[in-house]
Amino acid sequence: MPELTVIEAVRQALDDALAADQRVFVLGEDVEAGGVFRATEGLAAKYPGRVIDTPLAESSIIGIAIGAAHYGMRPVAEIQFADFIHAGFDQLCSEASRWCYRTKGDAWLPMVVRTPWGGGVHGGQHHSQSIEAYYAHMPGLKVVAPSFPADYYTLLRAAIDDPNPVLFLEHKRTYRLIRQEVTGSNGEQRIGRSRIVRDGADLTMYAYGLMLHECLAAADELAGEGIEATVVDLLTLAPLDRETVLEAARRTGKVLIVHEDTLTGGFGAELAALIAEHAFEYLDAPIRRLCGPDIPPIPYHPNLEAFYMPDRTKIAAAARELARY
Amino acid sequence: MATVVMPQLGESVTEGTVIRWYKRPGDRVELDEPLCEIETEKVNVELPSPYAGTMGEIFVSEGETVPVGRPLCEIVEAEVAAAPGGPPRSRARAPSPAAERALTGTRADAKASSGTEGRRFYSPAVLRLAALHGVDLDEVPGTGIGGRVTRKDVEAFLARRESAPAAAEAPSAPGARETVAREAEYEVVPLTPTRRTIGDRLSRAVREIPQAWTMVEADVTELVRLREQTAARLGRRLTLLPFFARAVCRALREHPNLNARFEEGELRRYRDVNLGIAVAAPSGLVVPVLRRAQELSLEGLARALDELVERARAGKLRLGEVEGGTITVNNTGAFGSVASRPILNPPQVAIVTLERVVRRPVAVGDDAIAIRAMVNLCLTFDHRAVDGHEAGAFLATLRSLLEAPTAA
Repeated sequence: MPELTVIEAVRQALDDALAADQRVFVLGEDVEAGGVFRATEGLAAKYPGRVIDTPLAESSIIGIAIGAAHYGMRPVAEIQFADFIHAGFDQLCSEASRWCYRTKGDAWLPMVVRTPWGGGVHGGQHHSQSIEAYYAHMPGLKVVAPSFPADYYTLLRAAIDDPNPVLFLEHKRTYRLIRQEVTGSNGEQRIGRSRIVRDGADLTMYAYGLMLHECLAAADELAGEGIEATVVDLLTLAPLDRETVLEAARRTGKVLIVHEDTLTGGFGAELAALIAEHAFEYLDAPIRRLCGPDIPPIPYHPNLEAFYMPDRTKIAAAARELARY
Repeated sequence: MATVVMPQLGESVTEGTVIRWYKRPGDRVELDEPLCEIETEKVNVELPSPYAGTMGEIFVSEGETVPVGRPLCEIVEAEVAAAPGGPPRSRARAPSPAAERALTGTRADAKASSGTEGRRFYSPAVLRLAALHGVDLDEVPGTGIGGRVTRKDVEAFLARRESAPAAAEAPSAPGARETVAREAEYEVVPLTPTRRTIGDRLSRAVREIPQAWTMVEADVTELVRLREQTAARLGRRLTLLPFFARAVCRALREHPNLNARFEEGELRRYRDVNLGIAVAAPSGLVVPVLRRAQELSLEGLARALDELVERARAGKLRLGEVEGGTITVNNTGAFGSVASRPILNPPQVAIVTLERVVRRPVAVGDDAIAIRAMVNLCLTFDHRAVDGHEAGAFLATLRSLLEAPTAA
């Protein structure tokens, strides 16, 4: 396969999954026409009857997917923007996540909900939010948030093959921003693994999605100043790869957690607690979180949005402070 | 019965050494009467008894160093003298206000010493490594914020420690014997807490502060004459130091940026001149501080300096008296030096010396040579706080004040 963008890797994974397994089908708003980000472009024509438009009703989309999965199908639902997924919160958290538990493991629920998330696209308050913390909190749901095209490809394939409900988060700002050669075997093959993507002795950064790329850019800048950062691409938030997370923290003893979601109760809080609990003796500085401020939405105005979003400059500044500590 | 513990002698002090006991078991002890003398990294103090009663058991022998909070002795039938009403036993454990004051100095002093706070905190990573490899963290130089010892500092220390014996062994087997042989030729001098603190502070000052140095030469022929006259008038011994101190205070009025401290990440310019005086005490260098020196007359300065230096030499300074200086003066001429390059006393940004007065021929006027009393004034300054131009201007002012002295 050639170099693909994130959106092309997603499309390729859907295409290959549809071709490989007759039980796979795609549903969502405007997916027949290709969807607002063109993730399903061309698939409706190629797989007639298996790429299905739905009404603007997220609860129904997820409910249909749950029902279809009960009946042995492998539905891949698209929620047009992650901001709207909460209409289906009850379906995901009260129904889908518990199916295996309720049946004492007799029945599984092989379904995927894909959704674009994250800021940096001037989407304003209804097209920019981070929603991962709500769902990573729910046992029984897997939450995957890749950063590189190869991982998007292999992890979306893995999510579709997974017998459990998987929430697959696609950072919309990276859709056409990040390119990578995708061979089908060069991405992370398993859900539940994180990866150390850069090695450095001075501090450890944790991120996913757009922020992972901002961390890598900051790490490049810092290397020029003699500060070497280890960077962890979390890839899967639930179930979390605790071994890799803790191993990376123990290496440097200085931890910088970055996400664009708001600070309080964000996913970084779980990481910080985990590290404090299990790598305490290795810590050489207070754990630092660089997150969105605690305000309800990401603002629309570009200046305010820039103020809200962590970026490479803010990350580098926080990292410098931590390295000096 | 009440227990007297090793007091917290300033925020950054963690331990103290009992130098000598003044009381023996069975002795009568009055409130605030000195029980023993304690040496800390910063200063020697007499421990005033927080209770009145009879001296009981002594737990710490002379010369022993114990951490803050460790019981030192017991006082039997302890009572707080002149406690009107209330059960004496319940009051017995509350140290007297006088004891508190003597031991801790003022709040402001304690805050001013917070530059050394970093040394007290070790992160879990540092403690773990130290325990694993048997490292005495006091020996590890810290490069973190406020001199904190970081994980990397410990690792670097371990790497040095490992490579050091390897290098010694390198020349082959006889090397080891040589090391042993040499050990018989020297004597290990145990470092006193004072000595170790001096070493740590100076090393850190040199490592962390960009220090610049400059010197001017002053003609003090007039000043030497004035000193003799003044000494005769006052009927007392008088050195040049009070004249120098007064000139420094006046020069700082024109160049206030040198009367400053770099603390807690900011440069603080002080309104009062709290003059640090370097004193060579038998136990090592101490720098007692003469507060609000700018308010004192020449005679006042002379008295205050005499008194401070005398107590410094006798080891009788209180903790509050060695902290909070805003500039330091050093009378290096007293031991014959004609030029010296002092190291800053952080967080102060300047230290200035008065060198030895030397009578020598100098050119005067356009075409004459005369024998004049000449002296060098040396200044080390923190280049982060002050530029050479300003430092030079300060010295120039100081010189003109010394060259045209006034009696008052």
